[in-house]
Amino acid sequence: MLEYDFMRMAFAASGCVAVLAGPVGWFLALRGQSFAGHALSHIGFAGAVGAALLGWPPLVGLLAVAVVSGAGMGALGGRATGRDVAIGMILSLAMGCGALFLHLLTHSAMTATALLFGNVLGVTRGTLASLAVITAFSLAMLAFLSRPLLFASLQPELAEARGVRMALLSVLFLMLVGAATAGCAQVTGVLLVFTLMVGPGATILRVGLSPALALPATAALALAEAWGGLALSWWSNAPASFWIAVLSVVCFLVSGIPARSLRFRREGGVGLH
Amino acid sequence: MSMNADGAAETLTMARPVVADDASSEGVREPVSAVSCRALSIGHGERVVLQSASFAIPAGSFVGLLGPNGAGKTTFLRALLGLTPVRGGELRIFGARPVCGDRSVGYMPQSRTPIRVRLTGRDMLASSLHGERWGPPRLNAEDARRIDEALHAADAQELAARRIDALSGGELQRLRLAQALLGAPRLLLLDEPLASFDPVRMREAALQIRDVARRAGATVICSAHDIDPLLGVMDSVLYIARGRARLGSVDEVITSSALSDLYGAPVEVYRSPRGRVFVSADAA
Repeated sequence: MLEYDFMRMAFAASGCVAVLAGPVGWFLALRGQSFAGHALSHIGFAGAVGAALLGWPPLVGLLAVAVVSGAGMGALGGRATGRDVAIGMILSLAMGCGALFLHLLTHSAMTATALLFGNVLGVTRGTLASLAVITAFSLAMLAFLSRPLLFASLQPELAEARGVRMALLSVLFLMLVGAATAGCAQVTGVLLVFTLMVGPGATILRVGLSPALALPATAALALAEAWGGLALSWWSNAPASFWIAVLSVVCFLVSGIPARSLRFRREGGVGLH
Repeated sequence: MSMNADGAAETLTMARPVVADDASSEGVREPVSAVSCRALSIGHGERVVLQSASFAIPAGSFVGLLGPNGAGKTTFLRALLGLTPVRGGELRIFGARPVCGDRSVGYMPQSRTPIRVRLTGRDMLASSLHGERWGPPRLNAEDARRIDEALHAADAQELAARRIDALSGGELQRLRLAQALLGAPRLLLLDEPLASFDPVRMREAALQIRDVARRAGATVICSAHDIDPLLGVMDSVLYIARGRARLGSVDEVITSSALSDLYGAPVEVYRSPRGRVFVSADAA
């Protein structure tokens, strides 16, 4: 399947996106903010269609709107928690605007399906280059944030007392989530960003690795799910998004099994340390 | 249950060390207090927590921070951490203004949200050491040594490899105490460390905190909801109520007259034959 240029592009693009989405998703799951990733992709949808309406690449609109919304959500901080209705209304408004922009687009059906469910087989060289830049920049940013972010996520009260700038950290992280969401939506579509971003992170979090191992492991798992989904899509002729969603859920479910059935072994192992 | 009131009978403004070693050092007339407040006013939003309070906590002592719910025990601790601004007067820790992130102050926040992540005890301590610095999480040999020292000081070495989500309340407590000891602080601020225990365990935990702090040579300010588990453990009581504070031995502060004065309303203190203390007030 790798003799075709579009498949090589698809593997490259989904690989780029997966190594970013995995670690970002681990932090999202750790912080209990996985809904934020979902929300940002929905808000970004309006941006993507809006950009298409203006004749710009949808990725530009998606990226801009998701990053700015991430900053806004981060700035709201704790005040946003427990406001499910308000957040839900903003999401609905964004999707509603998306529907309006789609209505105004002449070639709407193709664009809508590609944005909502992903179109990884249609990735152009330009898009691939953009994704590579987003991933490189975002990974550098994540490395810069990771130590205080880990501390602040695990023990917020103590982190605050130690001088961690909690509000700034929250804003920067959610902007990063916005960027990762925009990249991820190119592969899975805005509706299935959860599968590649939160799925692997939540799975690795359940397995329980130390952070130094967990971050590369999440990137590897996301990569395996993305490439596995592409390969299965090639053989089965079903969309890659479908297979990525299936793999993501299966991995998550499997990661829950050892915790219960292997408890005996783990408790026995404590004495070995 | 013996009252360890001797040696802790401080007046409200004078600083005198409780620890005998410090007192014996010749030439030092007035050693620097661990915490000194002069006409200190602090508050939280509209609420006044302290209004022109003056007291000094001698270095090396174990102070029980008591007071009714909402009196501002946590706000006082946050002021010591440099998180809540001083509204008036002076607050000094070992002679210096409180600075956020000061390594000479160890802090154990009230554990409202248990960590459900499957990390080991060592991972938890590692995440908090230099956790305020930007960059990827990295530990060098020196950091690893400091973590070992803190674990050793809190008698928590065997918890380093255990997963924190599988620890008992007491074990997690020991681990958090070890974490508070990272960086060898001279002042330990413990916010309701006994809150999650049953009465028997509370006493064990209180004694353990005292022993660990003594070995580490740290002054302790330990807030508590209930005075009983700290009786005989603490050297003095800092009682905060209605914007005022009183520091002294249990026998000085936990009396009907002292507490009535603090609350500005009649309060009665009863002692059971075995030493337990009950505080009650008539509905005004």
